[in-house]
Amino acid sequence: MSSDILVQYLVSGLMLAMIYALVAVGFTLFFGVLDIIHFAHGDVFMVGAFVALASFLSLSAAGVSVPVVQLLLMTVASIAALALLGILTARYLVLPMKGAPALNVLLMTMMLGTILRESVRLFYPEGANPKAFPSLLPTNSIEIGEISLRVDNIIMLGFGAATIICVSLLINRTRLGLAIRAVAQDEETAKTMGINYTLVVMLTFAVGSGLAAIAGLISGLYYNEINFSMGLLLGVIGFSAAITGGLGNIYGAILGGILFAGLQTIGAVALPFGSAYKDVFAFAVVIIIMTWRPTGLISTLSSERV
Amino acid sequence: MKREKLLRSFAFGFVGALSFLIMSFSSVVAKEKVTIAYIGSLTGGTSHIGLGGRNSVDLAIRLRNADPKTKYEYQVVSIDDECKPNIGVQAVTKAGSDHSIVAAVAHYCSAVAMATVGVFHKFGLPMVTFTAIAPEITDAHKYKEIHRIIGSAIGQNEIGPAFMRKLGYKTWAVIHDTTAFGTSNDKYFTANLEKEGGKILAKFGVPPDQQDFTAILTKIKELNPQVVYMESLAPLGIRVRLQMNKLGVDSQFDSNSGVLSEDFTKNLGPIAEGSLSRRIGKPLDELPEGKLFLQKYAEQKYDQPADVWGHYAYAEANLLMDVIEKVGPNRAKIAEALGQIKDHPTVIGRVTFNDHGQNINDTSDVMVVQDGHWIVWDRSEYASGKRKLKRLPN
Repeated sequence: MSSDILVQYLVSGLMLAMIYALVAVGFTLFFGVLDIIHFAHGDVFMVGAFVALASFLSLSAAGVSVPVVQLLLMTVASIAALALLGILTARYLVLPMKGAPALNVLLMTMMLGTILRESVRLFYPEGANPKAFPSLLPTNSIEIGEISLRVDNIIMLGFGAATIICVSLLINRTRLGLAIRAVAQDEETAKTMGINYTLVVMLTFAVGSGLAAIAGLISGLYYNEINFSMGLLLGVIGFSAAITGGLGNIYGAILGGILFAGLQTIGAVALPFGSAYKDVFAFAVVIIIMTWRPTGLISTLSSERV
Repeated sequence: MKREKLLRSFAFGFVGALSFLIMSFSSVVAKEKVTIAYIGSLTGGTSHIGLGGRNSVDLAIRLRNADPKTKYEYQVVSIDDECKPNIGVQAVTKAGSDHSIVAAVAHYCSAVAMATVGVFHKFGLPMVTFTAIAPEITDAHKYKEIHRIIGSAIGQNEIGPAFMRKLGYKTWAVIHDTTAFGTSNDKYFTANLEKEGGKILAKFGVPPDQQDFTAILTKIKELNPQVVYMESLAPLGIRVRLQMNKLGVDSQFDSNSGVLSEDFTKNLGPIAEGSLSRRIGKPLDELPEGKLFLQKYAEQKYDQPADVWGHYAYAEANLLMDVIEKVGPNRAKIAEALGQIKDHPTVIGRVTFNDHGQNINDTSDVMVVQDGHWIVWDRSEYASGKRKLKRLPN
């Protein structure tokens, strides 16, 4: 195998890993703060991609045609819309159900996912059809010896990595992060110390959903196509990645994302007849890991969550 | 009082007799309504073809109803199968249990048709499949309700390998979806390619909703085949061709007729140039009524184009109405009469069904994208040598 092909596998795997990790970190944040599994998160990712596309179409109609400006405004619009969606979900759906059995919240978020998915299918113009997503990044390649790297892939990987680093800094180095960690560790004590619990939960949902918006945007730019059902499997994969890595730990979520993408890539190319069963292979390995390490690859004490 | 009573009775009698006469007269004037179902993909990735089919059935019915010589007034009920087998079964069950529906034009997707043939048979509802081409839809049974005027996948999978081998291509990588359509096509393609002496370097089965092909295409890039052959529908064909371009896979893209659609050229733009596919049947402009169909379709100003298969739905609806005119709106009689169809004129040419309900008059062509449009190979600049396919051996 030539080094160019090897790097190609690596870049493809890393792109997948980054999308999975961005979604998985959202799952981990929600679980860390509220002990809930937000099953609509995959569909939130899909809405992010559609908001970005709608923004692009609006900007084009308004005569804005500079790709950098378009991309910047699409990112802002998508993050803002999904942060708002996250805040509304937390305030009016999740928080009122605090104290209800965990199964009820699980069901409620699953139903929210269906509503989001069907709303895009029914109300977005021709929402049932796959949509072409604009290619706004440079498509040329950088040649390093035998290796050829596409500039758009480098930008997307860099942007995704920077996003994850920013979230890590937000959680570990800011007052908001401190409040989120405090709520995650002990809700009652955090309240006693004067932390506005409701506000922290809403902001956590805003951050998690904003990450899904970025993942949706990157997915659209990478594949140049989006569709209303793209979040369905991704939600399950993101959740599995979070569980495998260690639910409640953002580094675990990132590790889970990388692991899942790696397993899918190996399943698709290295196993005989593997391409048809790459998801079966990846999920089977995840089951084995869950049996071996029930609390995830990076075990998290309740006092170290998020 | 008696006289008044007599007058009242007379008045009632007169009004009653008049009403009876009016009703009898109107029943002579108004034609009996006959309903045909169109069951196809009205939403989802293949809806552009499904909607073109629905409009074409609608056009056939409008033109037929405008003819004063018809015995019945026809109407169409459209039901979405979403190109999903489970939804297709629900749709056919709905049509089958509605006794006002006497026949159906049904399904673009073979995976759906293969799931529903038994349901059509159970309800005794005659159907002519829209463009579902998996051979098993007609060949795996002898249900008298099931018919197909479009050629099955066998024909195109015979001409395709022979054509590519004649051009000099030797090595292939095959990507097929794992639905009944993809696997059935793959079976015939592989058998014929091996017979022609072609070599398949690798074969990849993928789920019909797969988004990411980068790992598979990187493997293909490593194997370096001359041709990447796609056996699926347009949404997957678009994704593979797009991601081939992104990854720098410079093999020639070839596909079966499932990928042939205007969506392919529209979504891919210049990237689609030189892509190959198959078309079943003759080009519309070579058919005597082809231009008329296009002209009438344009006159109706439908929101969606007829796409590449619309004229089949038009032919199928007309075939059903011809039969209904002959035997009446009765499911059993229609199914029986369809089985007797021989040399019947339609917009796609003469139709003769064999004992499995398959039209025996079947032709296929190789199509190529030239300047954003699918055109028949023989008329293209690729055939004349002015343009060259990728990795074309000298």
